[in-house]
Amino acid sequence: MMPLLQARHLAVAIGGRSVVADLSLNLAAGQCLAILGRNGAGKSTLLSTLAGLRPAQGGDVLLQGDDLARLSPREAARRRGWLGQSPVDPFAATVLETVLTGRHPHLGRWDWETPDDARIAGEALAAVGLSGLEGRAVQSLSGGERQRLAIATLLTQQPLLFLLDEPLAHLDLNHQIAALELFTKAAHECGAAVVMVLHDPGLAWRYCDQALLLYGDGTAEQGAANQLLSAERLSRLYGHPLKALDDGGRRCFIPD
Amino acid sequence: MPTRRRALIVLSVLLLLALGSMALGLAAGSLAIGPAELFDGLFGSGEGVAADVVRGLRLPRVLGAFACGGLLALAGALMQVLLRNPLADPYVLGISGGAGVGALFALLLGFSAALVGGLAFVGALGAMLLVFGLAHGDGSWTQTRLLLTGVIVAAGCGALVALMLSIAPENRLRGMLFWLMGDLSQVNAAGPVLLLLALTLLAAMPFARELNLLSRGMLQAQALGVAVTRTRRLVYLIASVATATAVTTAGSIGFIGLVVPHLVRLAAGNDQRLLLPASVLAGGSLLVLADTAARTVIAPQQLPVGVLTALIGVPLFLFLLGRQTR
Repeated sequence: MMPLLQARHLAVAIGGRSVVADLSLNLAAGQCLAILGRNGAGKSTLLSTLAGLRPAQGGDVLLQGDDLARLSPREAARRRGWLGQSPVDPFAATVLETVLTGRHPHLGRWDWETPDDARIAGEALAAVGLSGLEGRAVQSLSGGERQRLAIATLLTQQPLLFLLDEPLAHLDLNHQIAALELFTKAAHECGAAVVMVLHDPGLAWRYCDQALLLYGDGTAEQGAANQLLSAERLSRLYGHPLKALDDGGRRCFIPD
Repeated sequence: MPTRRRALIVLSVLLLLALGSMALGLAAGSLAIGPAELFDGLFGSGEGVAADVVRGLRLPRVLGAFACGGLLALAGALMQVLLRNPLADPYVLGISGGAGVGALFALLLGFSAALVGGLAFVGALGAMLLVFGLAHGDGSWTQTRLLLTGVIVAAGCGALVALMLSIAPENRLRGMLFWLMGDLSQVNAAGPVLLLLALTLLAAMPFARELNLLSRGMLQAQALGVAVTRTRRLVYLIASVATATAVTTAGSIGFIGLVVPHLVRLAAGNDQRLLLPASVLAGGSLLVLADTAARTVIAPQQLPVGVLTALIGVPLFLFLLGRQTR
């Protein structure tokens, strides 16, 4: 079966520093990939390259076998969604207006949102627990609520591939787990694929099938999450000794 | 939920406002003209002084004012999205500064009115190309770089304008100052300006939803399927042409381009599909009303219309802003 997301000999650099020199990866429908690494290792840069938002220094990214660089922005937006870090809105907007922007790639040039689009948006707001806030001004939301609104906008976009840059930022523990359940459910039940930048290797171990470790010097390691994520390897990744604690099918890593 | 129906209702109300303000502008003046005479002069085969005044003098001026107000409001709304800055106006990127340099140069040398307009347009286009070229310098074409380049070019133009004002002979100074403050008395034919208003609005409307996304951030817009660079270049071009046309026709009329988009935003929301046409109608109406006041308040003397736009716009804006705070 054709992988949903494919990177071939991808080279990514930022500010003169190499993030990955020659990365090849395959992600099939239904799979979750976690990207882990230190601050400044280039996790977000790699993710936005995989989203086609910045050019790669070499190699290419394929979505369902099609070269991402050759897809029109609209067509790309129907296939992959990207969750960025804390956007700021200079102009006032309501929650409903914001979440409806996710429908943009599905609407024709002169179309307005239909009741069907409103239903999809309403379901997305319900999924992140923001029902009833449709008329609220975005500026009046808390950081965590804004992050959930961004997730709802992404769900409204209904892409096949979710690229998530720190999806758990600003979220409480209960919402962190809810968000992870939401995306893994999208992968396992709806045939989506998910790539997410995470900070907690324990959550990556629990929710992701694959992991990609960025060492920040152009080298990377990838493999099945439950094999790759060991205390020894993560200690080297973060440059700090870590201890793994197992608890009946779950594993958490605590700094020594 | 934004719907086409709501947009059409808001636009119909604004259209009535626009028609009302134009009727007022046609009727008011040193020669007061009643509704019957007005209708006869406009649509009938009316002859006599009233019909001549309506058709020959007031109609071009009223239509010209409407077109300029609409162009400025449209350009302001587009610039605010392009720069993602609520303080942006059509003049922030130096286009009016360039036009001012061209126009004042022509006025200083005593050129004809047509040449003043021509040189103003050349100056505006020159400033537009200069800012575009310089802001593109390192290929990043970011909002901050664009804004800084525009502000610097505007400052340079301002210095040239001040230089020309300081060396201008007394008898030309008044005309130069009136041009700078905005003056609609030179409008003879409104056709070309109205045509450009229609063209720029029609060019911008297909991209209205893209503009909604751009105002939320470039990367976010790109991720949602907007061809960001192409759209921003187009918006810059449309806004620049709109500004250059308005400034060439009527001088630098301040305030409309900054405040009208905000007025519409406060009253009807920030959906560009509604905001752009609504700003055109509201901006046109406001300038027609201001110009009518400018030539009637202390007639026969005329006031600079820019003073009136601010005097009408400031209280209106503060009222809406105060109503919004909850």
